Amino acid sequence: MDQPASPPTKMGVSVTSRATEGSAAAAPVKVSAQNVDVFYGEKHAIKGVSINIPERSVTAFIGPSGCGKSTFLRCINRMNDLIEGCRVTGRILLDDDDINDRSVDVVLLRARVGMVFQKPNPFPKSIYDNVAYGPKIHGLARTRAEMDAIVEQSLRKAALWDEVKDRLKEPGTGLSGGQQQRLCIARAIAVSPEVILMDEPCSALDPIATARIEELIDELRQNYTIIIVTHSMQQAARVSQQTAFFHLGNLVETGSTEFMFTNPHDQRTQDYITGRFG
Amino acid sequence: MADVALAPSPAPDAPRTRSADLIARSLSRRRRAEVRFRAYGLAAVIAAIAFVVFLFWTILQSGLPAFFQAAMTVEVTLDPAVIDVGPRPVRADFPNEAAFAAADLAWQTALAGKNFGSLIERAVNAVLATPASSRDIRAIYASNERFRLRDMVAADPGLIGRTIPFTLVASADVDVWFKGNIDRSLPENQQQLTLAQQQITDAMIADGTMKSVFASWIFTNVDSRSSPATAGLAGAFMGSLFMMLVVIALSVPIGVAGAIYLEEFAPKNRITDLIEVNINNLAAVPSIVFGLLGAAVFINAMHLPLSAPIVGGLVLSLMTLPTIIIATRGVLRAVPPSIREAATGLGASRVQVVFHHVLPLVIPGILTATIIGVAQALGETAPLLLVGMSAFVANIPTGLFDQSTALPVQLFLWQGNENRNFFEPRTSAAIIVLLGLMILLNALAIFLRQRFQTRW
Repeated sequence: MDQPASPPTKMGVSVTSRATEGSAAAAPVKVSAQNVDVFYGEKHAIKGVSINIPERSVTAFIGPSGCGKSTFLRCINRMNDLIEGCRVTGRILLDDDDINDRSVDVVLLRARVGMVFQKPNPFPKSIYDNVAYGPKIHGLARTRAEMDAIVEQSLRKAALWDEVKDRLKEPGTGLSGGQQQRLCIARAIAVSPEVILMDEPCSALDPIATARIEELIDELRQNYTIIIVTHSMQQAARVSQQTAFFHLGNLVETGSTEFMFTNPHDQRTQDYITGRFG
Repeated sequence: MADVALAPSPAPDAPRTRSADLIARSLSRRRRAEVRFRAYGLAAVIAAIAFVVFLFWTILQSGLPAFFQAAMTVEVTLDPAVIDVGPRPVRADFPNEAAFAAADLAWQTALAGKNFGSLIERAVNAVLATPASSRDIRAIYASNERFRLRDMVAADPGLIGRTIPFTLVASADVDVWFKGNIDRSLPENQQQLTLAQQQITDAMIADGTMKSVFASWIFTNVDSRSSPATAGLAGAFMGSLFMMLVVIALSVPIGVAGAIYLEEFAPKNRITDLIEVNINNLAAVPSIVFGLLGAAVFINAMHLPLSAPIVGGLVLSLMTLPTIIIATRGVLRAVPPSIREAATGLGASRVQVVFHHVLPLVIPGILTATIIGVAQALGETAPLLLVGMSAFVANIPTGLFDQSTALPVQLFLWQGNENRNFFEPRTSAAIIVLLGLMILLNALAIFLRQRFQTRW
């Protein structure tokens, strides 16, 4: 329902006949997936996906429900390890490290690749403790003052500081949905990750809260590589620079967002973004 | 009503009206079914409440009077001619500890050999119009009272030669007569008291010597066969307490740790499935079977002492473990996965996820599970009978290896006592004590749950 009947109006002179990879090729690659397959028991959920995700930009994964975009996202910080019977093959490189390599400690990987979930899930602790938890377990702050600084910075970056600075001791679960989600973003930022994965971060939020998160994502991309899964075509168009379209476990098409929304190569992409299926 | 409102009318859109009509008809059927179901539910709840009320009413009605017993206050003259055994030895007069201990013991033995009964007999006769026989007087007060008087003197030899007011607890048979728990019109050969004893009792009731007093000894005395009127629950209470300490110390850490391991760390495969099935089965094993196991393993194989709280506690721990494991796994499963994901996504290790996030959330649930398990163990009787806890023990246990009995077992013993009309109310009184303890434990569970409750 929230899919646009026509491509967004972002089109313009900048759309050129460049390759599908478009602007993606310009920035250095942060995450690179090569022939990734994911199986849930017998089910083949992701089929041979290869994609390069450029640094310090926003990449959106779009596609109909059950297409595997969230599954693929969760491969990037190995959250699928938690799922019984889930098997991942192929290579995923973060910078030049294979994240599935034996030598890679999953704790370090998750410190480098943070995650924000679909439903805001603050810990049932104070706002301060929510943000301080990551730095605490990783030993990022030696003193109380350092921790205070990390918490303040993270909350500022998540555009939440002004709203909560006077009630840091209050439970994080007492905030509104949008505030909770920004708290979760602050919590993820506090560990100073290089990549932030966002799994439909706005699907549980109202339009105003969504707008704030989108603004925030736009600011965050100056420092972080962001990968966002979204069901909303407009959102993908508004926040991302690259878009990848998944369908039935396949990565159908990837390229600059402008290009994808105005001139998709594949008929399925065209049908999906024009709302013919979803 | 709906039938009338939606009565079929030959409207142009006939199909819709017909289906509306069908729905209207099914509506009344559905409503009847709903009303019926609610009535069944309500009836079940009312029946359950009625049973509980009836149960409590009978227990309270029968048990509360047992907390008050007949007693007579008399003036006892501690005549030196009868009981004086010289001054109690003092430590300073003896060269060493052993010599002093021996002399002190000799003094106590000498005092114990004195006839305190005759002092009581004199005191009782003093309040009677006509002197009664020794035999009759011994029948009207609890025999333990002689020893209580002796212990008073031993504790304070300065009392010798003085006249003190002393409240004698009436014997069980007199208490029954006093409370009217026996038909007074029965012929003498069917009565517990002889005619002479009945007359003494009635005279003492008439002149106010014999009164109803609060039976505090129920809480402070141990069980007694020779003096049932002054028998108490102290030994059984301490025995139960020691057993509960064993149960809490063993089954809570093992149960909670086992549940956390199975739920959070163990791989899900055939072996863990098998373990899970077995734990569920263990929870359903009749408790007496655990008693047999305890007798075979702890007593026969490990040679632990019979009738000891350690053995009872071990057996009850085995019984409580499955309950605690199952309940703890239940509360662990109820923790929203989003909390685990959030912590894992930040780079917390599995142990950190469990100990920083999951465990704090489930502490109230674990406490509740523990207290329910412990309360269940507290009320368990059958397995204890098989490890010798039904023995008559006339001491308050001071440790885990002392012989002792337990509250529910004491109940069972009193319930089986042949002095029916005295012990029936006594049993109810013991039930009230046990229930009171259970309610206290449950209140503690509720308090702790509220206290540690985290909302999210």
